[in-house]
Amino acid sequence: MEKHVVVIYPHPDDESFGAAGTIAKFREQGVPVTYLCGTLGEMGRNMGSPTFANRETLPEIRKQELLNACKALDIQVQMLGYRDKTIEYENRSQIADDLKARLEEIKPSLVITHYPPHAVHPDHNAMGAAAIEAVSLMEPEVRPTVWAQAITNTYVEDLGKPHVINDIRPYLDKKMEAILCHTSQASGILGQLTDYENLDKDLKEKAEKRLGYEQFYIWDFEK
Amino acid sequence: MKSIEMEKVQEQLDRFTNKAVYVHVETTNGAYASHFDDKAYNVGAYVRNAEVTFHQAKIVGSGNAYRVGLKMEKGWIYAEGLTDWVMQEESKMLMAGHDREGRLMVALQISETPFSY
Ligand SMILES: [Zn+2]
Repeated sequence: MEKHVVVIYPHPDDESFGAAGTIAKFREQGVPVTYLCGTLGEMGRNMGSPTFANRETLPEIRKQELLNACKALDIQVQMLGYRDKTIEYENRSQIADDLKARLEEIKPSLVITHYPPHAVHPDHNAMGAAAIEAVSLMEPEVRPTVWAQAITNTYVEDLGKPHVINDIRPYLDKKMEAILCHTSQASGILGQLTDYENLDKDLKEKAEKRLGYEQFYIWDFEK
Repeated sequence: MKSIEMEKVQEQLDRFTNKAVYVHVETTNGAYASHFDDKAYNVGAYVRNAEVTFHQAKIVGSGNAYRVGLKMEKGWIYAEGLTDWVMQEESKMLMAGHDREGRLMVALQISETPFSY
């Protein structure tokens, strides 16, 4: 069993869309989970549907949504204070040093992050690269395992079959609850899947297909 | 935000002329454009808290999409596709253009005090 799991992603909602089922499974086993969230998603395009946020109110709204989602998932959260869409322009080793210090404090047995550069959004790739650098700077004896998540359209062709394939369909209700905490973002991203509880059979199958599996590659620090 | 009314927007724009102001200009089609459509391009530009002074400001347009141009001593700032606006905390003028799904496509914001950074 894992001792403590740390999730490192750049945006409020990455944890819910990307790993909420896996997180829910760990929480059910009593494993503590901490989310290190890079930004407040200040530059998000989704402003709610119908719109209720604007560029200036969005950060505070998304911060509250993040806290709600972390409460729903029953996990700890640390906000790292970077700015959305700018992580790749930051000094990577500075971010890695900050992450390393936090990991040494939390002492996780497992870290979940994005797989650079197979994670589409520049922030995902930059944060994932910094997270992997942080772990690689740790002494091999104390290094946590890293599960890296790729989300490009071609990642299976590019990287082969993921090493960890979590069927999280039993936790899909929890995952939807977490996603829907991100009210300003969910409808723009999910479209008609937002009303999960009242979906007909076809759409429920579509939701299960799209959200029911969470896949990761175990990072090889030797290569 | 609410739909742009030209007269009201023009009135507020005029309040910012001939003084040092902070401007936020942004346009984006999102970081996922070419992920969802391999024929699409990801494009965007972003300027936050540029300190400028303009002596002329004008909103133009019709229907529900507008253009705003700011004339400075040594150049121009303009934004196209603006649909909505609001005065934030009474002092920050926010204008934005949203698509049918409510996603922000373009923004032009003016304030006498800096936007949070
Ligand atoms: Zn993200």
